[in-house]
Amino acid sequence: MDFDFSPVWSGWSDLAHGALITVEVTTGAIALGCVIGLLIGLGRLDPRRRLVFGACTAYVSFVRGTPLLVQLFIWFFGLPHFGINLPAFFCGVVGMGMYSGAYVSEIVRGAIQSVDRGQMEAARSLGMPYRMAMREIIVPQAVIRMIPPLGNEFIALIKNSSLVSLLTIADLMHEGQKIISVSYRSLETYLAIALVYFVLTNLTGLALRRVERKLGAGGMLQ
Amino acid sequence: MNPPVKPIIRARGLTKSFGPVAVLRGIDFDVMPSQVKVVIGPSGSGKSTLLRCCNGLETADGGSLEICGQTLVDAGRMLPDAALNALRMNVGMVFQSFNLFPHLTVLGNVTVAPRKLRGLSAAEADATARRLLDKVGLRDKTDAYPGTLSGGQKQRVAIARALAMQPQVMLFDEPTSALDPELVGEVLRVMKALAGEGMTMMVVTHEMAFAREVADVVAVMDQGVVLESGPPEQIFDQPLHARTREFLQAVSTRA
Repeated sequence: MDFDFSPVWSGWSDLAHGALITVEVTTGAIALGCVIGLLIGLGRLDPRRRLVFGACTAYVSFVRGTPLLVQLFIWFFGLPHFGINLPAFFCGVVGMGMYSGAYVSEIVRGAIQSVDRGQMEAARSLGMPYRMAMREIIVPQAVIRMIPPLGNEFIALIKNSSLVSLLTIADLMHEGQKIISVSYRSLETYLAIALVYFVLTNLTGLALRRVERKLGAGGMLQ
Repeated sequence: MNPPVKPIIRARGLTKSFGPVAVLRGIDFDVMPSQVKVVIGPSGSGKSTLLRCCNGLETADGGSLEICGQTLVDAGRMLPDAALNALRMNVGMVFQSFNLFPHLTVLGNVTVAPRKLRGLSAAEADATARRLLDKVGLRDKTDAYPGTLSGGQKQRVAIARALAMQPQVMLFDEPTSALDPELVGEVLRVMKALAGEGMTMMVVTHEMAFAREVADVVAVMDQGVVLESGPPEQIFDQPLHARTREFLQAVSTRA
């Protein structure tokens, strides 16, 4: 067995740039996913508001029920059939963000519904309107419960972002494959890429644990 | 001639069902200003539901309900949301399970509603809150989080939180039922002091000694109706109904 990491070393600046693109795509997707997830999650709290609930439920079941890669291809290769040509980076961020939003919405909904019913009753009986009670009382308590599952979601998203390499986006995966295509050193390159993803995902995990501890210090966890 | 005194709470023919179960079956009920009305009765008699109807946490199906001169329910029709919110600001509620806001300090719990709803500045709200916390004996706990308090302390904070909105009437839903026996006294003392200041109170409780000592009127509920009501001496010493006697006997042998 011979190992030769020299193509990885000589291509390190391309890999670093790819990692940066991966971070950019993922960060954008996380931000978009959180916004979409919050809105969709709130929309799925009350089944009696049929239209909103139905639309949000349809979104979740479609987006969660089809492969991310298919969705990304629809954005990038499908829409041009209607004359809609979007930049690859935009397709990557929006495609992943919308996909993640479906999962985040379930995290949001679950966390909000896990807050004791008495909290809403107490807030409303002080005279707070529903939205104020949500904003001041329910959501702040729900946020801390969202963090562990959000951590999972963010980490999954970092790893799934390797799919955007198939949209011609020059992310970490894409740069790695470029190195392989000239050096044929696939094992070494994939190991190197895996290490970078490993560092990115674990840094994210650490950061979120930190946030959780900080918020939890307020006595929010009983 | 003084104008006739209007009741703070006035229910007529109030009905409420949960599915097929009729919980309130035509309730006539008054609470006069500065009156302490204690509602007793076996569990499942509808007393908590009646109380919760009085601030719109439950929606009555039929009959009428007036609170603080405003019609909350008329022929089963509920006040619209905006007006209901305004009404609730005048009706303090204390829950069996406290329902303090765990993400806010004690001070935060007592100030959040006055600041957001009455438009008080932080300084004004803090001053009021400190005065009220003083009154319930918890001045030294202002910066504590609810999670660190005992049940009795939590319930006293909950009372201060409700009082901070300067309500015209206070509703108590079994305020001591979730407390360890040794903590019941501190909450009842606060409630008694409040009654002494002339606060209008409606109290659902199993504390018969409290009812006897503090109530102006005791109402006995059973199976969704008010069996009888009157001054505590009458209810406890010469109850009219056999059901009342049975209930009082059951409670006294339990204790």
